[in-house]
Amino acid sequence: MEIIYVYTRKRSEFGRPCSFSDRPAKVSVDIPPDPSMASNFILRNPVDSYVQHGSDMSEHEVNTVRVEVESRGVNHVEGGWPKDINPQEVEQTIRFRKKVEKDENYVNTITHLGTLMEHCVKQNNAINIYEEYFGEEMAEVEDEPPSAKTINVISKLTSFFDVLLSKRDPNVTKRTATHLSWHPDTSKKLAVAYSSLEFQQNMKDMNFDSYIWDLENPNKPELVLKPSSPLVILEYNPKDSHVLVGGCYNGQMAYWDTRKGGLPVEVSTVEVSHRDPVYGAIWLQSKTGTECFSASTDGQVLWWDIRKLSEPTETLVLDITRKGLLENALGAVTLEFEPTMPTKFMVGTEQGIVIACNRKAKTPPEKITSTYSGHHGPVYALARNPFYPKIFLTVGDWTARIWSEETKESPIMWTKYHLSYLTDGCWSTMRPAVFFTTRSDGTLDVWDFLFKQNDPSLSLKVCDEPLSSLRLQDNGCVVGCGSKLGTVTLLEISSGLCTLQRNEKTLATAMFERETKREKILEARHRELRLKERARSEGQELEVEEKPVESPHEVLDRVRREFFEVIEAELQRRAQAETQCLRGKVPGTGQTDSHSRDSLPWGWGHGSASAFQIKDCEGEEAAVQGEESQLPKDKEEEEEDAA
Amino acid sequence: AEVEETLKRIQAHKGVMATIVINAEGIPIRTTLDNSTTVQYAGLLHQLTMKARSTVRDIDPQNDLTFLRIRSKKHEIMVAPGNISVKITIELYVL
Repeated sequence: MEIIYVYTRKRSEFGRPCSFSDRPAKVSVDIPPDPSMASNFILRNPVDSYVQHGSDMSEHEVNTVRVEVESRGVNHVEGGWPKDINPQEVEQTIRFRKKVEKDENYVNTITHLGTLMEHCVKQNNAINIYEEYFGEEMAEVEDEPPSAKTINVISKLTSFFDVLLSKRDPNVTKRTATHLSWHPDTSKKLAVAYSSLEFQQNMKDMNFDSYIWDLENPNKPELVLKPSSPLVILEYNPKDSHVLVGGCYNGQMAYWDTRKGGLPVEVSTVEVSHRDPVYGAIWLQSKTGTECFSASTDGQVLWWDIRKLSEPTETLVLDITRKGLLENALGAVTLEFEPTMPTKFMVGTEQGIVIACNRKAKTPPEKITSTYSGHHGPVYALARNPFYPKIFLTVGDWTARIWSEETKESPIMWTKYHLSYLTDGCWSTMRPAVFFTTRSDGTLDVWDFLFKQNDPSLSLKVCDEPLSSLRLQDNGCVVGCGSKLGTVTLLEISSGLCTLQRNEKTLATAMFERETKREKILEARHRELRLKERARSEGQELEVEEKPVESPHEVLDRVRREFFEVIEAELQRRAQAETQCLRGKVPGTGQTDSHSRDSLPWGWGHGSASAFQIKDCEGEEAAVQGEESQLPKDKEEEEEDAA
Repeated sequence: AEVEETLKRIQAHKGVMATIVINAEGIPIRTTLDNSTTVQYAGLLHQLTMKARSTVRDIDPQNDLTFLRIRSKKHEIMVAPGNISVKITIELYVL
């Protein structure tokens, strides 16, 4: 090893304290950069560098294990006794107890606890702190805005289920959910009828099935009903919850027993069934619980007994001219039946007329008791108010109308005209003045007629496609809507809309009575007016020679002529009045004055006559639609004036 | 004697069905009910009281359980825990 540096130090100098001195900084070495070395490196531009400022996460899975719970009993045996005492021996236990009681500590504790306990016992005796106060007052209605939330969406699995059935055919047509029926007892099951109501749009691969869904399992239907033709309507039997009746697209009626599977137990024969899709089917109240009736757009209402579907028990042709001719018959679109009035029922027709019928009438023409017309289009829904059977709701074209059975001319109340068709409607089962309507733009409206009549209290957009059917569950809180593409949405409405308010019944009664009275008065007034007109026209026909019945065109022409005549006369009079004024201003001779005075009465007279004529003509214009009685009156007045 | 008096007074109150005094080990010292019921109540309530007391103590060590009321549909059971004994009263109340 080579010695580089030698450092010596005297031994006596060991341990000497070091004396440090400060020195300014001094550059020892300065190495400038050597550019030639840079060639060994490659310049990197841009430089990618990563910065992470998130917290580190890791993924874990936890699967809870179901805890098995079991109830068990415990058998209590005496225990805790000190070792030397046998609990069975009464003497020993008594002795032990006595010993404990003698203990001073024990006495103190007991006295202390005694006071405490007494306090609580007295408290209990004095007042029941858990008493339900204000129990008689009904729960305060929270003023929450009405709302509804979707609780379930059952979309008919055309994408999944049907694809399986039709072997992955991508053109599976979506069918409308045309009718919903809730299970009568549990309200957890929903029967939905699916069919395509487009005219002659039946594709070959379209599925005919209808499903019964269990709300607990919205992914797979509980039961698949397989009719021979798609079902337009499906109803549970309110008495027997296993039986359903369905009306088919081809007019047949079929009934199922859910215990027996998906194929119909019996189907009505084609010859005696309807000729058009069955649009309405309702179970009847009967001792056997097997009767139902159906209606269709072929104009017939048929009564069936389920046990014998080979022919209907009764038929009725919906001919309002009461002749029983099928050609004149109106197509039925909805049926309505109220179990409390078993002999009466109502039919809503395609022509917008509601027909009230009595089943027990002696002769077929008498079966039709009255008609109510008022809708411009088919009456899609017809429902009686569950609280007031005389009031019923019709839904059709763009409005919903409320009718009273007594006023046949017009509805007592109606909603405004909407922008889209109203497709279905029903009353609420809990509140007398609340009803629901569905529209073809996918909106569900909830109307509270006591609260607001111009707008729905709640308007919900359920889906983008038109809603085709609506059904309220029996408890009144859940409503199911079926849409055109087959999706059934269940909504729960807020409690404010489905609990009876305090004075609601009385208020609703008052409202309905008021409106009915108003309509009655209006009706009476109309009748009076018409009678008067008729009486007057009859009286005038004796005086005026028979006028040839004018056609509307002629009437119009004549009225126009007369109108212009009147205008001319007015203008002339005004012109003359002006000139008279001018003349009057110029200080004229008495002649001119008298002249003006003379002319004035004439002008006035004419003016009054013309005023009369104007009034009459206006009246005529308004009534030109056909009140012929007014025309002879006018003629008479003109004659009077002329005379 | 005082003990007797106290217990009698409590028992005399309106609505009190029964009174039980239990010592620290859970042995019923005094009771106005029959034996089997007493034993049942003693066993169950003793444990519950211990648990309640330990809960209160766990939350705040300075705290201690003074009284325990168990309200049920038919009765109310009131437990007054002490150091060495526990007194239970079963009361019947009417809503």
